[in-house]
Amino acid sequence: MPLLTRTFIKTAMICFTLALMLGILLAARVTNGFFPVYIHLLVFGWLTQLIFGVALWMFPKYSNEKPRGYETLGWWSYTLLNSGLLLRAIAEPIQSTQPNPLSGWTLVISAILQFLAGLLFVFNTWQRVREK
Amino acid sequence: MPRLSVWFVRASFIHLLLGLFFGALILAQKGISFYPPIWNLFPLHVEFLLTGWLIQLAMGVAFWIIPRFSNGSPHGPVGLVWFSFAFLNAGILTTALQLWFPHALIIGRIAEVCAAILFVIGSWRRVKPQGVL
Repeated sequence: MPLLTRTFIKTAMICFTLALMLGILLAARVTNGFFPVYIHLLVFGWLTQLIFGVALWMFPKYSNEKPRGYETLGWWSYTLLNSGLLLRAIAEPIQSTQPNPLSGWTLVISAILQFLAGLLFVFNTWQRVREK
Repeated sequence: MPRLSVWFVRASFIHLLLGLFFGALILAQKGISFYPPIWNLFPLHVEFLLTGWLIQLAMGVAFWIIPRFSNGSPHGPVGLVWFSFAFLNAGILTTALQLWFPHALIIGRIAEVCAAILFVIGSWRRVKPQGVL
C-alpha cells in the first residue's frame, strides 16, 4: 500500500475516532455548536477521506510510469482536506457561539480548502476511471 | 473497470464536486453573511453528497468488484443496472428541483427507490460463494 494511501487511511481512522468521541460529548450535552463538526468528521474526514485513499491505491493505473497519476496532487488534496477540516473544527463552534470576524473568515478559508481538496482529487483520478 | 462502473464513478465525482461547492457556499455564509438564501442549497448539499457521491460510488465499485459469472453475461443483467444508474441520477436531479417544485422531492425519492430495487435485482445473484458459475 503506497504511503499516500496509508496516510489518507490512518488520518481517516483518527477522524472516525474523534467523531465518535465528539458524539459522546454531544449526547451528554457537554458541547454547543459541535454537531456540524461531528457530521463532517464522519462523512468527510472518515468516509470521503477513506475513499480517497483507497481509490488512489485500487483504481486502474494512470500509466506504467505514473500508476497513481500526479502523486503531488494527491498530497495537496490530502493537505487541503485536513487543513480545511481542522480549521472548520476550530472555527465553526466559535462562530456559532461567539461570532467574530476571525472565526468567520476562517470558515471562508476552510470552505475554499475543502472544495479544492475534492477538485484536486477528481482532477487527478478522473483519467484512472476508465474501461479496461 | 466495466463501462457501467465508469459511468457510476464519474457521475459520483461530479456529484462530489457539486455537493462540495454547495457546502462551501453554505459554510462561507456561516462565516460572512453574504446571501442568506444560500441556505436553500442545504438539501441539495446533503442529497448530492450522500446519494450522488457516497451511494453512487459504492454502487459503481460494487458492480466492478463483486464476483462475475463464468457462463453468459459476466455481470448479470447489465440492462437492469443501466436503468438503475439512469433512475438514480434522474432521481437526484429531480430532488434538486424541490426549491421550485415541492413535489419534486417525493418524485425524486421514488426514482431513487426504483434505482435501488433495480440494482439489487441486477446484482443479487452475483453475491455468491466461490466456485458457483
